[in-house]
This record gives sequence, structure tokens and C-alpha cells, in this order.
Amino acid sequence: MDFNSVMSLLQTALELGLIGSLTVLSLFLSYSMLNVCDLSTDGCFTLGAAVGGVVAISGHPILAIFAAMGAGMLSGLVVSFLQTKMGIDSLLAGIIVNTALYSVNIAVMGSSLLNMNKTETVFTMMQGWLKGTFLENQYKLVVILIFVTLAVVFLAVFLRTRLGLAIRATGDNPAMVKSSSINPVITTIIGLCLSNALTGLSGCLLAQSQKSVNIDIGSGMVTIALASLLIGNAFFGRGSITKRAIGAVVGAFVFRLVYTIALRFNMPAFMLKLVSSVIVIIAIAGPYLRSRLPILQRKLQLKSGKGDK
Amino acid sequence: MLKLTHISKTFNPGTVNEKRAISDLSLHVNKGDFITIIGSNGAGKSTLFNAIAGSFLTDSGRIELDGQDITLMAEHVRSRQIGRLFQDTRVGTAPGMTIEENLALSAGRGGWLSPISKADKKLFREKLAELQMGLEDRMKQPVGLLSGGQRQVIALLMSTLTTPKLLLLDEHTAALDPATAEKVLALTESIVNERKLTCMMITHNMESALKLGNRTFMMENGNIVLDVAGEKRSGLTVDDLLDEFRKVSGHRLDNDRILLS
Ligand SMILES: Nc1ncnc2c1ncn2[C@@H]1O[C@H](COP(=O)(O)OP(=O)(O)OP(=O)(O)O)[C@@H](O)[C@H]1O
Ligand SMILES: [Mg+2]
Repeated sequence: MDFNSVMSLLQTALELGLIGSLTVLSLFLSYSMLNVCDLSTDGCFTLGAAVGGVVAISGHPILAIFAAMGAGMLSGLVVSFLQTKMGIDSLLAGIIVNTALYSVNIAVMGSSLLNMNKTETVFTMMQGWLKGTFLENQYKLVVILIFVTLAVVFLAVFLRTRLGLAIRATGDNPAMVKSSSINPVITTIIGLCLSNALTGLSGCLLAQSQKSVNIDIGSGMVTIALASLLIGNAFFGRGSITKRAIGAVVGAFVFRLVYTIALRFNMPAFMLKLVSSVIVIIAIAGPYLRSRLPILQRKLQLKSGKGDK
Repeated sequence: MLKLTHISKTFNPGTVNEKRAISDLSLHVNKGDFITIIGSNGAGKSTLFNAIAGSFLTDSGRIELDGQDITLMAEHVRSRQIGRLFQDTRVGTAPGMTIEENLALSAGRGGWLSPISKADKKLFREKLAELQMGLEDRMKQPVGLLSGGQRQVIALLMSTLTTPKLLLLDEHTAALDPATAEKVLALTESIVNERKLTCMMITHNMESALKLGNRTFMMENGNIVLDVAGEKRSGLTVDDLLDEFRKVSGHRLDNDRILLS
């Protein structure tokens, strides 16, 4: 591989990784902070792409960003409403909404495919602005970096506010929150709304970046994002909130990088989801199995001890 | 300050597990009272606290706090006026959040979108320094790294940062080693006295039940069977209390958790 192809490989990984990192940040908020596994992520990602795509096609690429985030927020509101007010288990609430979103998304798109080849997007706008500067070829990265930075800064600041602390406490110790003045219904609703706004944004940026929306654009996103999040945790899991948020972004990039390299070595593209599932399994089962190891060792010792007699 | 009138609570009504945990209980707590509560396992002590704090709705009766009817008020709304500590030292604090963040959470000052203020940080540091446990230098550490006793102290500080109208302590030193329990109890006493808090404390330690506070309840079968204060109380010894218990309950206090030390 020559230098140029290495660079372009890195750039692709960086772009896709960073766009995906917004979904990872979304899970950072819902999964790591609020301790809710939000399985509506796939549908919400597609919703962001669909709404963002449709609004962009109508000629408003910037409005599309806000529309996608608003749509994500609405989806998060439904999920959180179902689990806090309707007595539906949080996993089930996510799955139900995810299923419903499939219909919603097709309704929004009007078909199962949107073509945005001639559509003005935030990326083409940036491309125009950067023409002739040294960042000319990095216009995509510039746009994505702006959004990711904003998201990280937002989370780092927000999670230290009184409301942010209340959201974190809701995930950290429900028993404490139950006997404190925090209303877990409110914190769960706000947390999931914000989290899903980020997922929607992520979907919208991917749609505008690749100039098309497919109804399957978000499928498997939750596992991919979870894998990225757990990779990030492995590096920055014990640090401050800011470090952990940055870790989520790094995790997304690392995941993409490994995947892109694997593609180069002729791994078929359809393996992406299998790989992400395996990573999630290893990351979650690993620590558990490690904690079981001493017991297994003792059992083996006992067995072999008996054998000696 | 706190007035309960004819409170009842039955768990699992209409099933084989039906259990009348509180039965037609009325009580009146005066402002500034420090009440210690004793009684055998299952007497309904914790259930009484749960009813006051709003963990569940009582089946009947009325609960008033400081002149306000709180019978139907949600638990998290009552919590603004009622501080609470439990036997389980893990319940009172968020382990993944720092000492400072835990304190800020319960101080609940400033707008929802404002970060912890410098003034608050300074206040927390001072409060922690007063404890002389070196916690003021560990404000940025997650509470999960602290020992049970330290966590309980933080929880106590948290529930008294803003002056609660009522402080409910449910065997909050029972899970601690004797020395630490002693320390936390002394701290509790000084905070309650200094701030003139109205406090109810469940304990299985007869001695501290008589030593601390100004009034003692004994509970049995979901009701208060003994309510002593003033001279009558100051004349009581642990043995008197045990005798009394035998009389009201009709059986010996064969409860292994009751410490006579
Ligand atoms: N949530 C519940 N569901 C069913 N029964 C309950 C519940 N909570 C308490 N009880 C029952 O009510 C009775 C009183 O329990 P409570 O916890 O108030 O006792 P206690 O006086 O605090 O005892 P201990 O000294 O052991 O803490 C017990 O028989 C208990 O089994
Ligand atoms: Mg109890």
C-alpha cells in the first residue's frame, strides 16, 4: 500500500468513524449514564437520515440538521414515555419503537430509497466555502469535526450541570434517586430525548455525506455503536466525564479503522455486523469471564487434587 | 411538625401473604423532637418510615408535615423536606459520581443548567473538613471508592445539607463496625442538636435508644406500644425497657440483633 492510499483509508475511517461517533455519544448518554439500553437506536438513526434527507432535498440542508435532531428527540420522547409512564420494560419499549419507526421512515421518505446526488448538503456548502484553501479536500472532515466537537463539549458541560448530575444519578443508583428529590421520570425522559437527538443528527450527517438514504441505513447501528463505546471504555473508561466522552469518539474511530483495514484485507463488507457483535460480546462477557476465572481454577485444582490420591 | 392520624398499611391484601404492617397508627412529632424507635424485627418500623417518606400510599389515614397534608404527595416531592438514611450504605450515594457531585446533587442549588458553583465547592470542602476524616481532599474521587462508614457519613451530610423538616434514620449505623458506628452516631447527634433538626431514628441498640434523643417509641405489631419522654424516660434503664417490651409483646425479646452492650 502506498502512502496516498493509506491516507485515503485513514480519511475514510475518520469521516465515517466520526459521523458514527455521534451515535456512540448518544449511547454514552443513554447506556453509560442513564443505564438504559435504548434499542430504538437503529430506527432513530434511519429517522434522522430520512427526515434530514427529505428536508435537505427540499432545499434546506441546515434546517435538515435541526429537523433530524427534533425527530430523534420525538422518538426518544416516545421511548421514554412508554417505559416511564406506560409500564413497558425499557428494552421492549425500544424494540417496539424501532419496529414502528420502520413504517414511519418509509412514510417520511415516500419510498425505501432517497437519492440526494443533486442535493445541496452541509458538506457541499462547506466545500464551496473552503474552495482554494488548504482544507479544500478535507471539507467533509471539517463539517463532521465541528459537530462532534460541539456534541462532546455539550455533553461534557451538560453532564456537570445540576440536571446532568441528576440524569447520571438516575443511572448510577436508582435506589438513591427513588428516595431523593430527583424525579426519575423527568431525568429519563430528558436523557433519552437528548440521546436520540444525537442519533438523529448522526443519521442526518451520514445521509448528507453519502448523498443517499436507504431504509436500511441504520440497521445494526446500535451494536456497532455499542462496540465502539466499549472499545472507548477500554481506553478511557475510568477517567472524567470529558475523557470518557472523548473516549467514545476515539472508540468509534478505532472501530471504523479496524473495520476499514479488514476490508482492505479482503474481508467482505457484510461481515461488519458480525464483527461488531463479536466485539460487544467480548467486551461485555470478558470482564465477567475473568471474574469467574479464579472459581474455575479452584475447581480444576480440586479435581486434579482428587486425581492425585 | 409531623402528624399521622389512623394510618394503616396492609401488604398483599387478599392473598395468603397478606400482612398488616401498620395498623391504625397515630402519632404526633413535635418540632425539634429527636425520637428513637425500637421494636423487634417485622414490628413495622421501616414500613412506618416508608409511609412517611411516601414510598407507597397508605391504605387509610392522613399524614401531615409542618401543617401541610402530604398523604398523596409523590415521594420525590416529599424528599425535598424529608432526609433519609438507610441501613444499606450503598443506598444513600451514587457510587459512580464524585463526593463533590453527590453533595451538589443533594444541595440542589442553582438552576438546573448551572454547574457546581465555586461557593458550593468551598462549602462542601468546609463541611467535609469538619468531619476530620480527610474526605475534603478526596472530593474528586468517586464515592464508590469509599468505605461503608465514609459513605454513610457522606449520605448523612447530603441529607442535611439543606435543612430537612424531618430526618428519618433507619438503622443507619447497623452495617458499620462498632467503632465506626459510634463515630457516625456521635456525628448524627451533633448535627441534629446543632441544627435543631426534627429526627426519628430506628435502632436495635437499646442503650443508644435511651441515650440519644428526647423521646423513645417502642413498636410492635404495626403500632406504637410505648411512647416515653421527659422524666419518665430519663429514669429508664435498658433492663426497664426490656421488661416493658416483655409486657407489651408478651414474649421475650429474643432478637439477636438487639445489642445490650
Ligand atoms: N414491600 C413489602 N411487601 C410485603 N410485605 C412487606 C413489605 N415491606 C414490609 N413488609 C412486611 O411488613 C412487616 C413489617 O416490616 P418492616 O420492614 O417495617 O419491619 P421492621 O420493624 O423495620 O423490622 P426490622 O427490624 O427487621 O427492620 C414485615 O412482616 C414485613 O415482612
Ligand atoms: Mg427495618
